[in-house]
Amino acid sequence: MAKRILGIVETAYRATVEEQDDTVLWLHHMLKNNGMDVSLLLRGNAVNYAVRGQDPGGLRFGDLGVEHAPALDHDLAALIERGVPVYVVDEDRQERGIPATRLVDGTRPVTRRELPSLFETFDQVWHW
Amino acid sequence: MATITLALMDPPYETETTTTAFRIIDAALRAGHHVKVFAYEGAVNLTMAEQAPHANPVKGTSVEEEQHPTTKDWAAALFRTYPGRIEWVNCGLCVDERGAGNWIEGPVRGSPKEFAAWVEASDNTLVIPAK
Repeated sequence: MAKRILGIVETAYRATVEEQDDTVLWLHHMLKNNGMDVSLLLRGNAVNYAVRGQDPGGLRFGDLGVEHAPALDHDLAALIERGVPVYVVDEDRQERGIPATRLVDGTRPVTRRELPSLFETFDQVWHW
Repeated sequence: MATITLALMDPPYETETTTTAFRIIDAALRAGHHVKVFAYEGAVNLTMAEQAPHANPVKGTSVEEEQHPTTKDWAAALFRTYPGRIEWVNCGLCVDERGAGNWIEGPVRGSPKEFAAWVEASDNTLVIPAK
């Protein structure tokens, strides 16, 4: 049976314009496609990835436009659709004034107090 | 002996985690373990063949006197010192977007597919991300 992996994403918007996605989300999507049992936990500033409707489009450098801006909310929705559980630390969301109703459908709130119990359900926890 | 997989993300000459990662790899190999390194994102630059040592004008030292370290030499030393016990995959897409395709002997081009297989086959996995 595949090992159960929880990836914790904390560093947010690192190179997302250049990469057109978040490289850790992308990697976990690829790992899922390769048969791994992966889940994701968003904490810190990365909870903002789960906000629906974010739009960093329109960036231009001289006459060169960035035609395909990252869409982290869509990437998260795709992960959830693919069967990857996505947890969001609830206190981190509240501290940033993000209403729970703004989050991508299917994300799972988890409190800081619940984290140790959540970690216990995985074989490995990777803190990216 | 154990098999350990590491995922590295930082490029050389940017953070202290590079030295830490190499120390962990060396310590594991020194203890007789097998180590598999998945170089992701900027970490593909760790093994670039064009890395070159330089002199130090502040100290007034020449290239020879300075013996400036390069991460590709560190990686080469690991392959030389522990033959058959270290594997290194450079993420191919990360290589392409950085133009970092010319690397030293030892590492090979790969993808998250290899990383996934290594994770399943290893006793444990350590990720050292860019922050």
